[in-house]
Amino acid sequence: MIGGFGTAGMPDELIDALIARGVGDLTLVNNNAGNAESGVAALIAAGRVRKIICSFPRQSDSHHFDARYRAGEIELELVPQGNLAARIHAAGAGLGAIFTPTGYGTMLAEGKETREIDGRQYVLEHPIRADFALIKAHRGDRWGNLVYRKTARNFGPIMAMAARTTIAQVSEIVPLGDIDPETVVTPGIFVQRVVAVPGSLQGSKQ
Amino acid sequence: MNRWTREQIAARVARDIPEGAYVNLGIGLPTRIADYLPADREILLQSENGLLGMGPAPAGGDEDPELINAGKQPVTLLTGGSYFHHADSFAMMRGGHIDICVLGAFQVSTQGDLANWHTGEKDSIPAVGGAMDLAIGAKQTFVMMELLTKSGESKLVSHCTYPLTGIACVSRVYTDLAVFEVGARGARVIDLADGMSVDKLSVLTKLTLAGPGQGV
Repeated sequence: MIGGFGTAGMPDELIDALIARGVGDLTLVNNNAGNAESGVAALIAAGRVRKIICSFPRQSDSHHFDARYRAGEIELELVPQGNLAARIHAAGAGLGAIFTPTGYGTMLAEGKETREIDGRQYVLEHPIRADFALIKAHRGDRWGNLVYRKTARNFGPIMAMAARTTIAQVSEIVPLGDIDPETVVTPGIFVQRVVAVPGSLQGSKQ
Repeated sequence: MNRWTREQIAARVARDIPEGAYVNLGIGLPTRIADYLPADREILLQSENGLLGMGPAPAGGDEDPELINAGKQPVTLLTGGSYFHHADSFAMMRGGHIDICVLGAFQVSTQGDLANWHTGEKDSIPAVGGAMDLAIGAKQTFVMMELLTKSGESKLVSHCTYPLTGIACVSRVYTDLAVFEVGARGARVIDLADGMSVDKLSVLTKLTLAGPGQGV
């Protein structure tokens, strides 16, 4: 799993490290399928991705994905964005599956079990879990508590829950207690590694 | 006949959004509605990538790549606005907390079925994003679109031929020629561009349409 919505919240430096390690044949979960040249796009361009599970692959700057997809080199599982979030959250929360109204009666629900509950139709969808989640947060401490920055939060908190090992890159690692416990967004139990990438804070305003 | 411009359609939709509403404006045409919301009404815009109380685009030079809307364009946050993660964002949608969602469309049926995510062409790469969640989640889903395709075919149809986004989810369709209510009882015209009539619309759309004040 890789956090981010477009490039906001995309852990570019962790992905660069992944590319440098040479691992491949990956199944990727992300909202998109890469933008321009960095992050997920670089991973795809390097030929490391076998399958991608996402909601919105096709964009004006998704050329690396487009080329590999058209060449039949990447498998695509298209998931409505809210179902993607709900399925990731379900994995993190230990649920067996969920019934969601989204997608009912559409080609994305073809062949899936459905059920009428209180007069409304739902589709059975299964959790999406991961071996690793790479996410980007704003600040973290050594217990793994995280706060995010603006709309870079997006999938980070739920992906952190849904992976066996969550690695968070943060712009700053702070001492325990520096993050107000009332404002912790991701409690440290969901995070196994915190990596300081000081240059990774985008934008100049706090 | 006088077509409403895209700006006029956006202004027409904005007029129907009440004080205090929580609203999600889909990417593309509906985004323009934000420019026409009456200044005397407090209306909160939600963007599914995790913000409520979305403000206008920032001044040049003030863009923040970590503060964007669903179309990935830089935006601002109003005082009192908030950020949240994707599960909360789509709970707002799916849980019926959003009052109005406005989407673009390839086709809408008179029953309120929506097709707006995929043309079904074999060589196209499908992308759905939040469209299916938005369509069925909001209390009311409006569509904003031109009534006819470039080749003159009606996009308001008896049955959608493009792949569906949601079933019976649209309640109102704002176009350049008229505003329609759609649903279980079929389509009813509730507003007309100058020079338009229900009869002319029936010819253009090849549909049976009820007029303002009429049942179906």
